[in-house]
Amino acid sequence: MPQSILSHTFENGLVLLAEPMQSVESAAFTFRVPAGTAYEPHDRGGLAGLTCELVLRGAGDRDNRQFINDLENLGVERGESVADVHLNFRGATLSKNLMAALSIYADLLRRPHLPADLLEASRLTALQELAAVEDEPSQKVMLELRRRHLPDPWGRPSQGQREALEAIKIDEIKQYFSQQFRPNGTILGVAGRIDWPELKEQVGQLFADWPEQPIPSITETPTGAKRHHMQHESNQTQIGIAYPSVAYRDPDYYQASAAIGVLSGGMSSRLFTEVREKRGLCYTVYATHGTLLDRGSVYCYAGTTAERAQETLDVTLAEVIRLSDGIEPGELSRLKARIKSGLIMQQESSSARSGALARDWFYLGRVRTLDEIEAIVDALTPESINAYLAKNRPSDFTIVTLGPKPLETPHAVS
Amino acid sequence: MQFRERVLPNGLEVVAECNDEARSAALGFFVKTGARDETDDVAGVSHFLEHMMFKGTPTRTADDVNREFDEMGAHYNAFTSEEKTVYYAAVLPEYMHSALGLLADIMRPSLREEDFNTEKKVIIEEIQMYADQPPFGADDHVRAVHFGRHPLGHSVLGTVESITALGVDAMRAYFQRRYSPKNIALVAAGKVDFDAFAAAAEEYCGAWEAFEAERSIEPAAPHSGFECLHRDASTQEYGIQLANGPSATDDDRYAAKLLATILGDDSGSRLYWDLVDPGIAEHASLGHYDYQGTGLYLTYLSCDPEYAAENLQRILDIYRTAECEGVTAAELEQAKNKINSRVVLSSERPRGRLFNLGSNWTHRRQYRSVKDDLETVDSVTLAQIAAVLKKYPLSTCTTVAIGPLKTLREPR
Repeated sequence: MPQSILSHTFENGLVLLAEPMQSVESAAFTFRVPAGTAYEPHDRGGLAGLTCELVLRGAGDRDNRQFINDLENLGVERGESVADVHLNFRGATLSKNLMAALSIYADLLRRPHLPADLLEASRLTALQELAAVEDEPSQKVMLELRRRHLPDPWGRPSQGQREALEAIKIDEIKQYFSQQFRPNGTILGVAGRIDWPELKEQVGQLFADWPEQPIPSITETPTGAKRHHMQHESNQTQIGIAYPSVAYRDPDYYQASAAIGVLSGGMSSRLFTEVREKRGLCYTVYATHGTLLDRGSVYCYAGTTAERAQETLDVTLAEVIRLSDGIEPGELSRLKARIKSGLIMQQESSSARSGALARDWFYLGRVRTLDEIEAIVDALTPESINAYLAKNRPSDFTIVTLGPKPLETPHAVS
Repeated sequence: MQFRERVLPNGLEVVAECNDEARSAALGFFVKTGARDETDDVAGVSHFLEHMMFKGTPTRTADDVNREFDEMGAHYNAFTSEEKTVYYAAVLPEYMHSALGLLADIMRPSLREEDFNTEKKVIIEEIQMYADQPPFGADDHVRAVHFGRHPLGHSVLGTVESITALGVDAMRAYFQRRYSPKNIALVAAGKVDFDAFAAAAEEYCGAWEAFEAERSIEPAAPHSGFECLHRDASTQEYGIQLANGPSATDDDRYAAKLLATILGDDSGSRLYWDLVDPGIAEHASLGHYDYQGTGLYLTYLSCDPEYAAENLQRILDIYRTAECEGVTAAELEQAKNKINSRVVLSSERPRGRLFNLGSNWTHRRQYRSVKDDLETVDSVTLAQIAAVLKKYPLSTCTTVAIGPLKTLREPR
């Protein structure tokens, strides 16, 4: 059956996207609500996360406990994440329970109690999540890498800052909620065994009278130095490397992301082969392509015992820089096979599709079909990727390390 | 949805759940070997061997193996546990035959010394990585204390010392002892043409030489106790508790899984409401794990050190209360709804079915459909939960805490 992607924009700006999938019994949904860390006041790092914590503690006519119990009785596997622009609320359940689940989420988004007497519990939770990062060296280095690589507010860690978390008052959360939880800018993606007319009707009943709000502006400010070492008593040294790339909506996006696929997709990729297989330097090494609306970034990670960290940094960086010498036809054909199987396997997961719908809409303003992506990928050639790489040599690196001693950055690297 | 099975003359069992509606397929070799089959002098060899299996065969180099998997666009990997080592791939149906050819080939590896020496460094990096992150080795330690000399107390990774000391000949000998076709199941799920698959299995695996690789299932005599390990560099305090639970062949395991969901699921459970919801624990959960001959309940706690003693006390109180008073019908109903939803969601991908199928087969030589699992979960009664609580008390356990605290009050 051909893939069908349906969309409807309500008058208040809320966007509903849907993809019916007849081969599954489930339905999954993803709400992207424009209340991410980029909108936090600069001295309130953690406000978005704390708000996300508190909206889950009772909404509509359900108290804290009833709210969670009802979702669980509907078999909703749920998850929340705090990102730069959005808070993401995801759920998946049997399709017969979808409408009941969405109506509970309508309460969460529109009528949360934000109970003052549970703020301290939420605050404690948020403080513990912040403390836990100190025990996760690989996470800690990548959070700091992102923070330094991007101008503020784009690289803010979702866990926030201790002083801010300790200071936030219930009124600030209420104000943040009323300003940021709005239909204009909210995207709902639904995929699975669904009936589109019924879904559109129900979502309309739940959300069409949600009033619009003005959209706050965001001002960028520069962040810290592009080279940084964090002292940490550990066996391994953690290495993070970032550099600028193009955005998801850029016509060159697939050239750029294919190059990163050659660097780090599959076990025959360059980083895995050179850093792990040939030299045994690492257990984990990877590179990924990340995006904002108007720009992209490449993030690389390697973790290795302190004595071999310098060699690991040198080899990893050399592989990144060697990309601009071009890629081989065999590397691209393997990558195409991986992408193609990934696209087909994505159609077996309602959760993966609901997330992809909402993500595409935000970053592109529309949803690409899998056929469309396949055509773009088929059209990639080593020449097209190499032409892109020749024009866009990896440079302007941000390098953050964490471990018992600092590393040297090669001078030739800008 | 159709279940098919065939046994090759050398003892290799081939089983599949064939689903014509699926878009992809998954396949894997489930080898019944792991840390419990190791002797102390080769601690960690099962897992190290799992890495070495990708390092080439008489006709393929390590680069060839990686390249060929990637040429098929396969999503492939392997993992090692206490009692099994699994090599698997998810592919589009047209690659099923070549994926089986490649996976089967690497199941007869060269185990070259040069590759062994390079990969040893990667294994040591993996051990060091886990040593730097929660729970900082306390998982291996609590298992060793709980099981004492029983082989389920072995560490899957081994130690830097045991891996450093391991020689390639000892690994080859272990392979010769454990990787008999009689000790392996070839499992597939999704869009599988079973007759073609079984014929290909015969072609690729039919010549594997069979020998006995029985595992001795010794009864476990779990210990109990309480230890606090000091680790100054940590920020949070972590606690792991192990208690005796139903084994992989014990029908009580379904009640145990429901009980673990009621008491200690990530959300909506008693641990959640008493520890996580009030914000005094970052994480508190209970899970049930089954093995041949025995089973485990594992409680995991991470929290601000300030609340560690209080949290451990609350956990014990929750378990004692459940042992005295049981659980409610509403709790049982909610847990059934959750588990059934998870069963359905995880079965939508062939990969999800592969692991379910492989576990059932290697543990019990039994096929269970999604419907079988849903019906069994639905049939569990409050009386069965009460019986499990009585037979396997959660309050009798081994606890190891690790973190900045030098001492910690034992709950009573």
